This record gives sequence, structure tokens and C-alpha cells, in this order.
Amino acid sequence: MLIYCIKRIGLGILIVMLAVTLLFFMIHLVPGDPARILLGPRATPELIASMSQQLGLDKPLPIQILMFFANLFRGDMGMDVITNRPVADIVFGQLPYTLSLILTAIIGAALIGIPLGCYSAINRNSLADRVTGILSVACITAPAFVVALYSLLIFAVYLKWFPAVGAGEKGDFGDQVAHLVLPAFAIGLSWVGYLSRLVRASMLEVMGENHIRTARAYGLPERLVVFRYALKLAVLPTVTVIGVGMGFLLSAAVFTEIVFARPGLGKLIFDSISTRNYPVVMGSVLVSTILFVISTTISDLINAWLDPRIRASL
Amino acid sequence: MSKNVLTIRNLSVNYQTDQGTLQAMRNVNIDVPKGSIVGVVGESGCGKSTLISTIIRLLATNADIPNGEVDFEGRDILTLSEDEMRKLRGDRLSIVFQDPMSSLNPVLTIGKQMTDIQYRDKKTMAQKRQRSINMLESVGIPDPASRLNQYPHEFSGGMRQRIAIAMALQAEPSLLIADEPTTALDATLEVQIIHLLKQLQSTIGCSVLFISHHLGVIAELCDYVVVIYAGEVVEEGTVSDVFKRPQHPYTEKLLECDPANIAQKTRELPTIPGNVPDLVSLPSGCIFKDRCHTKIDRCDNERPQRIDAADKHYVSCHLRSPQ
Ligand SMILES: Nc1ncnc2c1ncn2[C@@H]1O[C@H](COP(=O)(O)OP(=O)(O)OP(=O)(O)O)[C@@H](O)[C@H]1O
Ligand SMILES: [Mg+2]
Repeated sequence: MLIYCIKRIGLGILIVMLAVTLLFFMIHLVPGDPARILLGPRATPELIASMSQQLGLDKPLPIQILMFFANLFRGDMGMDVITNRPVADIVFGQLPYTLSLILTAIIGAALIGIPLGCYSAINRNSLADRVTGILSVACITAPAFVVALYSLLIFAVYLKWFPAVGAGEKGDFGDQVAHLVLPAFAIGLSWVGYLSRLVRASMLEVMGENHIRTARAYGLPERLVVFRYALKLAVLPTVTVIGVGMGFLLSAAVFTEIVFARPGLGKLIFDSISTRNYPVVMGSVLVSTILFVISTTISDLINAWLDPRIRASL
Repeated sequence: MSKNVLTIRNLSVNYQTDQGTLQAMRNVNIDVPKGSIVGVVGESGCGKSTLISTIIRLLATNADIPNGEVDFEGRDILTLSEDEMRKLRGDRLSIVFQDPMSSLNPVLTIGKQMTDIQYRDKKTMAQKRQRSINMLESVGIPDPASRLNQYPHEFSGGMRQRIAIAMALQAEPSLLIADEPTTALDATLEVQIIHLLKQLQSTIGCSVLFISHHLGVIAELCDYVVVIYAGEVVEEGTVSDVFKRPQHPYTEKLLECDPANIAQKTRELPTIPGNVPDLVSLPSGCIFKDRCHTKIDRCDNERPQRIDAADKHYVSCHLRSPQ
């Protein structure tokens, strides 16, 4: 397991480095002066000069790449020319909001979707299974921004159960949680449906396998057969999907944060694109990428922990 | 009846399919005397697995049992509740499945699976593990204590089948059912496993219902043999009777196609010209008539009765009937 962990984390780091290199070339190999492009409409000769200096544009390309990496490694993603604050500070200031939103959404969806899928699989073709089936498909097909708008209207505006906008008072945990409910619901709802369908399908597949027949032929109680012998295998694809799904959640967060006027990475990306503040866009994209790599790495590690064959494979 | 561990009477099993009702087994009678090894032989699709699934009551959901009794240790298995049935499984009644590669759980250690099935015993975990270690030792797994912490994919096919046998015999059942346990193994391993089974059977003193399409293995291992064709028992008797003086033309053909010489046995299925009849729309008369080389007029319309060919040697064929 330890060897697998080291290899898999090493792979994750490699992927991040590749992504960073790609990003570097995206900025530097487009025609024109990178400093001018990064500064966009605000490009004054002085700013261009200082930006060129900061990027090391006067040095040869390999040195530039090294500098790029070295800066990133120290957590330096350059300065935001508008607010004159380090990009890293801005991005990491917004990160907790998005992270808490995404994690609440996906953990909530898993906690509801996985048991629902198990229940459907065990009671296959029952009325309850059919109803969950229809509801799940309805959830899957409802786009996050539509759910966001309607939940805002219904639960915040009419029923006034939850606050409508913002992320809550700083330091007031209860208030922050209350502000988290609706946005997390908006992006998590389709995942409840999706995960329940996925778990149902893989559960049914596993329940048909030979070793389950063996477990039953030994008279093991059905509870043990389902939750120890079948579920451990049936969640493997779900864990992978959740890991990759973090990428989709990051993009769903953009809509949701705008609708609920919540701070966060999505809102930051949206705002900085509209003001053409490229250093901040870049910083946010970079952090999102790293987040994505981390989540897929974690999901792979969980799978390896669950399934010894995966451990042996890398 | 008390001298039998298992007595199957008049058992029929149907599958509901899109084409109609498939009569996979019809009026089957099988006896497994205490302490004996009974072989069931027949071509692929003749209903061997259906027979086993009926005995352990794990038939597919589209199956039903229109008539029959499966008497196991004095109780009709078919009338037991699901809970009572579960008490028998893996305790009085154990099974070794055909494919050792897929019949063990891939994400649980061997030790976990072997101790889990002892869930009925009020023993400590250490005692259960010790029991499993002893079992693994008796099936010839070297260094069983540390092997217990390994997963199925870390064992070879032959070893996995040994583990499956160890699991099945761990509870010292009174009946062990083996569904072609050696089909997935190569010839040398097959012989080893057969010897192992025979040796363990005599130490534990259980009875064995051994399914195979391989006559050589049956001859080597079993006391009695039951020949099934297309869901019906066509001949049964002691191994020496049936193999030396086969009475049914199907048995004769099987023996012809499979030289009983174990040293140079072929591993292919016996090939007899023609095909198994369609089990959805059964022909009238004898079930084997279309492939029979000694067919007479009576075979077309009249179903052959089970008759005594010799002591404990039964056959269903018009050629052997008195008139
Ligand atoms: N679930 C099912 N639904 C419909 N038909 C079935 C089902 N299971 C088995 N059958 C049919 O019942 C007959 C007997 O099948 P069974 O699996 O018992 O044969 P078998 O003797 O075990 O064959 P093999 O040697 O290939 O394992 C076959 O014709 C098969 O097609
Ligand atoms: Mg079979």
C-alpha cells in the first residue's frame, strides 16, 4: 500500500508539473508580448516593463520555465496589478469558500445517493426502486443553475428558510453553514441522482458475480453479503467518478457562486475574466487544476485501499 | 431412507424463458447414501448446475419447481423457510464451485472469508483463525498462517480450489457438493485435487455429490454414478457396473468417446453426433431417440420407464425392458 501511495502521489505531482508547463507555454507562445497580454486593457509602458521584469522575459526560455516553477513552488503567482496584492493571497483567500461548498455538496450527495442506490439494488423492480429511479433521472437532468435559481426563489425568497446571498458572517459557524445549504443543494442534487443510479447498477452487477453466490451458499446473513461482500466492490467505480466529478463541481460552482453572490474561486474567475485580469484568472485556473489532481489522486488511493488488486497494479 | 443423506424424488425444475417454459429437469431421482461419493455425469446443458442450485435452494429467479422432494437428513429442503435453509448452508451442506478464479471474493483476505463463514460458532477470533489455519494445512497450502492474510489473486488456480475445498469442509458438513471442481484446472492438478477430496472425505466421513462431465474423474473418485441426459436420469448404478456393463446407449456412447484410461484421458467434451433436444418443446417418447444408434419403434411415442438392470443398477431404455 505504501509503495502504491508513493507511486500514485508521484504521478499526481508529475501531472501537476505537466499542467503547469502547458500553462506556461499557453502564455508565452501565443503571438505578441506576454506582459501586454497579461495586463490586457491596463497595459501602460511602465506596467509592461515591470511585468516583463517579473516574468523574466529578458532571459532565455528554459530559465523562464525554471523561474516560473521556482516562483510557484514558493507560492508566488505574481502580483495583481489592480489591487496590488499577491495573486496567491487573493486565490487562497477565496479557496475555502469553494472548497467547503464542493465538499458539502459531494459528501451530502454520497451520503444520500449511495444508500439510495443500495436500497434500489436490493429491492430491485419494487415500487420504491422505480420511484427512486424516476426521481434520480429527474435530478440528473436538472441543470445546476436552474436548481440554484429555483431553490433560491422557493427556499430563500418565499419560505425564507435559508439566507439568500453571501457566505455568512465571518466567525459565525452556524450562519456560514446556513449559507452553505442552498448552494450545496443546487450543485449536489444532480449528484444524488447520478450516484444512486451508479451504485444501483454496480451493486446489481456485483450481486450477480460468482463469489456472491459462494457467500450465500455458505449461509452468510444477507446483511453481511450486501454490506461486506458486495458493497466494497460496488463502490469502486463510484469513488472514481466522485474523484473526477470534482472537476465538474468546480465548474458548477461558477454558476452557483454567481447566483448566490457567494465569494469563491468560481466567482473570482468570473469577475477576473470580465475585467480581463489575467494573472488572477491564471492563478485560479492553476489552483483549480491542482485541486482536480488532488481529488483524483485521493479517489485512486481510496480505491487502492479498498481493492488489493489495484494496489498490485501500479 | 435413513441410510441416505440426500434423497431426491421426482424432482422437476422449469425456467420461464421468452420462448416458453424450459423444462430443465424432469422427474429426477437421485440417492446419496451416507459416507459415499456419488458422481453425476452428463453433457453441458443437461441440468447439472440446475440440480445443485435446487439442492442449495439458490435457483435463478425465473425458475420454479412444479413437483419433487429433496430430502436432506430427514427434512424436505424444498419446504424449509429461507432462514432454516440458511442454517443448513455452509454447515450441514457445503459446496465447491466450478471456477476457482471467480468464486472467492477478490477484495477480502482468505482469512476474512474463512472466519466469516464460521459466524455461527461462539469462538474467539483467534480460535477461528486457528481452525482456518488447520484446514488450509490439511489441503496442503504451505505456510497457512501467513497465507491467511493474502487475497485470492495472490494464489494460483489450483491453490484457490484447495482453499475452496478447505472452506467447504471447515464446518465438517454431512454433504459436500462439488460442481465440476476440476474443470478449470490442468490434468496434473486435477488428479491432485481428486486425491485430496477422496482423502478428506474419508477422514471427515461426509458424503459427496460430485458433478462432472469427465468420466475418468468419476471412475477414479466415485462409488455410484448417475448419468443425466437432457434433464432426465437415464442410467444409474455403481461405478463398476455402469462403466463395465453400460445399459443405456447414451452411456455407451459417452464411454466410447471418453476412453476411461485416466493416464491418457482427453480433456474434451464427449462428442456424440446430433444435438440435445429443445427443452422448451420436448419430443414425445424417449428423450435420446434422435441421437440413438439402436432406436426402435417404441422409442418414438412411449416414454421408457426406469427398470432394474441388475442389483442397484437402473436404466431407462426400451431395449432393456422385458417386452
Ligand atoms: N436462469 C435460466 N434461465 C433459463 N434457462 C436456464 C437458466 N439456467 C439454466 N438454463 C437452461 O437449463 C438447462 C440446464 O442448464 P444447467 O446450467 O443446469 O446445465 P449444466 O449441465 O450445468 O451445464 P454446464 O456443464 O455447461 O455447466 C440449459 O438448457 C440451460 O440453457
Ligand atoms: Mg454447470
